[in-house]
Amino acid sequence: VSTTSSLDAVAAGDALPTCTYRVTRADLVRYAGASGDFNPIHWSDRVAGSVGLPGVIAHGMYTMALAARACSTWAGSPDRVREIGCKFTKPVVVPDDDEGVEIVVAGTVKNLTEDGVHVALEVTCGGEKVLGMPKAVLARA
Amino acid sequence: VTREKVREFARATGSDGSEGPGGPGGADSEVPPTFPIVVAFTAMSELMAAPGVGIELHRVIHGDQRFTYTRPVRVGDRLTATLSVDSLRQLGGADIIGTRTEITDERGAPVCTAFATLVHRGPEEQ
Repeated sequence: VSTTSSLDAVAAGDALPTCTYRVTRADLVRYAGASGDFNPIHWSDRVAGSVGLPGVIAHGMYTMALAARACSTWAGSPDRVREIGCKFTKPVVVPDDDEGVEIVVAGTVKNLTEDGVHVALEVTCGGEKVLGMPKAVLARA
Repeated sequence: VTREKVREFARATGSDGSEGPGGPGGADSEVPPTFPIVVAFTAMSELMAAPGVGIELHRVIHGDQRFTYTRPVRVGDRLTATLSVDSLRQLGGADIIGTRTEITDERGAPVCTAFATLVHRGPEEQ
């Protein structure tokens, strides 16, 4: 399988192309159904408020899925993602409107090993980091 | 792992196939990397629902998540998730539960491992 990869000629310190994704309430409802995670904090302002949240928040796994999507784009295929992990440090509040919020996924090459390209990600919403130490290992073609 | 389930998951996260050939659910379907959470979450839900465990989903915060892949998930796989509680500690009235879910295929061969930390806050903390 030959696809475009951003990793063919990278070196430590290189920045990967930043990816921007929009998230709306409708996406969270779709994701709840697709993932099976029907936790009401991801669709009910009432329940979110009752546990001290400012409003409905995105599933942490939704934000992580977007990080993984950026990694898939960089690597040229989701099959080349060998490892991905993060902490969920700041909730992504998704307003009940048509615009939603933007998630920005940036990546920097940390080092190259026989496992692949080790990437440090930075995932932000409104300029603030929402994932803690997100990182991935991406195989080269 | 059905084609339609993969397509549903991929569409929910906007992974419309532009990342790879074939597209989600296509003939040479590629599965989004975090798709294994579908089976891992089922295992976590069974842990939460187990008698005597006493975890309420809306009081659970997902602390962290990591996947390591032996091979990509494929449409047609029959996956089994086996969850272990690796660590358990209390911090500020919250239970911090470290879990590891081994995901294997129909032959018992490893596909991926999902590590998750779940933080459960009791109602008295509100």
